[in-house]
Amino acid sequence: MMTNPFTTQRNPRLKTLLGSLLVASSLLLGTAQAEDKLKVGFIYVSPIGDAGWTYQHDTGRKALEEKFGDKIEVKVLDTIPEGAEAERVTRELASSGYKMIFGTSFGYMNPMLKVAKTFPDTHFEHATGYKTTDNLGNYNARFYEGRYLAGMIAGSMTKDNKLGYVAAFPIPEVLQGINAYMLGAQSVNPKIEMNVVWVNSWFDPGREREAADTLIDQGADVITHHTDSTAAVIAAQEKKKYAIAYHSDMSKYGKDAHLTAVTHHWGDYYIKQVQSQLDGTWKPGSIWGGIKDGMVDLAPMSDAVPADVKTKVEAAKGKIKDGSLHPFAGPVVDQDGKEIVAAGGNMSDEAMSKMDFYVKGITGKLPK
Amino acid sequence: MNADTVILILVATITAGVPLIFAALGELVVEKSGVLNLGVEGMMIVGAISGFMVAAESGQLWLGVLAGAGAGMLMALIFAFITLTLMANQVATGLALTIFGIGLSAYMGQAYSSVALEGIKSLHISLLSDLPVLGQLLFSYDPLVYLALLLFPLLVWFLYHSRGGLIVRAIGESPTSAHALGYPVIRIRYLAVLFGGAMAGIGGAYLSLAYTPLWSEGMTAGRGWIALALVVFATWRPGRVLLGAFLFGGVTIAQFHVQGLGVDIPSQFLSMLPYLATIAVLVLISRNAKTIRLNAPASLGQAFHREVH
Repeated sequence: MMTNPFTTQRNPRLKTLLGSLLVASSLLLGTAQAEDKLKVGFIYVSPIGDAGWTYQHDTGRKALEEKFGDKIEVKVLDTIPEGAEAERVTRELASSGYKMIFGTSFGYMNPMLKVAKTFPDTHFEHATGYKTTDNLGNYNARFYEGRYLAGMIAGSMTKDNKLGYVAAFPIPEVLQGINAYMLGAQSVNPKIEMNVVWVNSWFDPGREREAADTLIDQGADVITHHTDSTAAVIAAQEKKKYAIAYHSDMSKYGKDAHLTAVTHHWGDYYIKQVQSQLDGTWKPGSIWGGIKDGMVDLAPMSDAVPADVKTKVEAAKGKIKDGSLHPFAGPVVDQDGKEIVAAGGNMSDEAMSKMDFYVKGITGKLPK
Repeated sequence: MNADTVILILVATITAGVPLIFAALGELVVEKSGVLNLGVEGMMIVGAISGFMVAAESGQLWLGVLAGAGAGMLMALIFAFITLTLMANQVATGLALTIFGIGLSAYMGQAYSSVALEGIKSLHISLLSDLPVLGQLLFSYDPLVYLALLLFPLLVWFLYHSRGGLIVRAIGESPTSAHALGYPVIRIRYLAVLFGGAMAGIGGAYLSLAYTPLWSEGMTAGRGWIALALVVFATWRPGRVLLGAFLFGGVTIAQFHVQGLGVDIPSQFLSMLPYLATIAVLVLISRNAKTIRLNAPASLGQAFHREVH
């Protein structure tokens, strides 16, 4: 358990008031104590909680601490708003001897970039961004690979050939998930249809619940989500439908509904980067790791999933690992029938990072 | 859109409106007594976590609802003490109460974000619930929904047809006159604020125990503010508060259905609609400035001091 004052100070406003004092004093003390240890800082955008984006990063942080023990000293700052506050916190960490700083939210990119310029000897790692400098690297995961496999399960388990997707914001990462899921489902079930409902929020359990209920009311019998709470899984459980969770295994929130979850795993990456820092070989990377790097996986499939489906999914997983299966392998056709990727080709990373279309079979128009 | 879909939307609308009904009707009584408590969001979220904690520990969902009401009342008591006894500024205190409540609930809830709870179930009344159309429309909700719907006529009766309600309204209009007539202004305002707190607490507990049976930080997501706004836009009339709550819930649900059906309207625009529609309708029905002035409690937000007056 961390005895860090920040993990108990959850309110951003209170934190702003107390933050400067606490950071200043605790960091001063910290520098005095341990000069030889590598000091590693983590900055999270939300509370750690029990499931979700930040929770998965924190699980990685725990693996890191377990691996290196006394050799490193880790500080976690959670619920840090993006923007000016992130910049201040990053700067204070850097100025008090934190040589490696991981920031795990997209909106930290520019603040970290700014701070990185003034601390050339400190190494910064930003999750999900796209800018790098001599001392700022970035890392992200190919969540869409897990989505493709999850889509195969959904496509096999639906009885009414109708899937439902609760989505947050129409950005490329979310669209990669939606399209990969649909393509995975279509690969096992060509008759599949899918409705997408946008809640325009990463986190609002009430709205997520309403969106999931709506999809179920409209006939979807397998629901998945790209939002942060467990509300969609709970909705599926109550209405006796299936759900595929995101970020974390959420099986305890829907013991009959939960088929699997697309999960994130950052521990190995954190260990590798800290090791390279200790070895003096750290370089700013731009990593987009997938299933083969262990950064994306599926939670154990529930007993409701038949054995032959499990076998099929495992086989596809092996193929994604060895590179013989690409979720966006051609032909990829968008809703209007336009061919995005020709047969025989794979969609490029660059094209994927700018994704702005629905694949064929998804109902409705993409909000732009 | 077929008849089934319409029924589904109506059913979802009723439940979506319930947390707003509790919180807003509670606040209505508070404001009718001349007190403005902007801490509804804070009381709601503390009600949500307190209800969830007690239900998770005791296994008794209804004890959780009571705890939510109690926690909302305790929060309201803090507010009442600061504004009514110490006569601090109501706006500032209410805002502080919300900030405090959000922080406190996060602190209280640290160990509970992992707890899975079987929420309050919908009733199933044999025969009645199985009726076609009507069964689903009228007899398929959880008990708190009926409680919210029962609260409305009770409140109307209390405010407009009982002596107690007359006193509350008189105090809201002119605490000085009410005091001169011998009514205990401060005591009655205390009671009104505590009632408002209990209602906000139940509204919060409805979210964490029935609507989305889970605890996560910030889960009320601004519903307390919407409830506050409803009271003002409804020009302090209970019927319009009810209408506003259903309208807000209804447009929210309807916009999800519109999206799900694949209608070509940007979802960001649709997300804005519940707010826009609620404000527009409530403004339209209350566009007569005179009635607004007549309905707004004249002493709203002002401190009352016995000796001065």
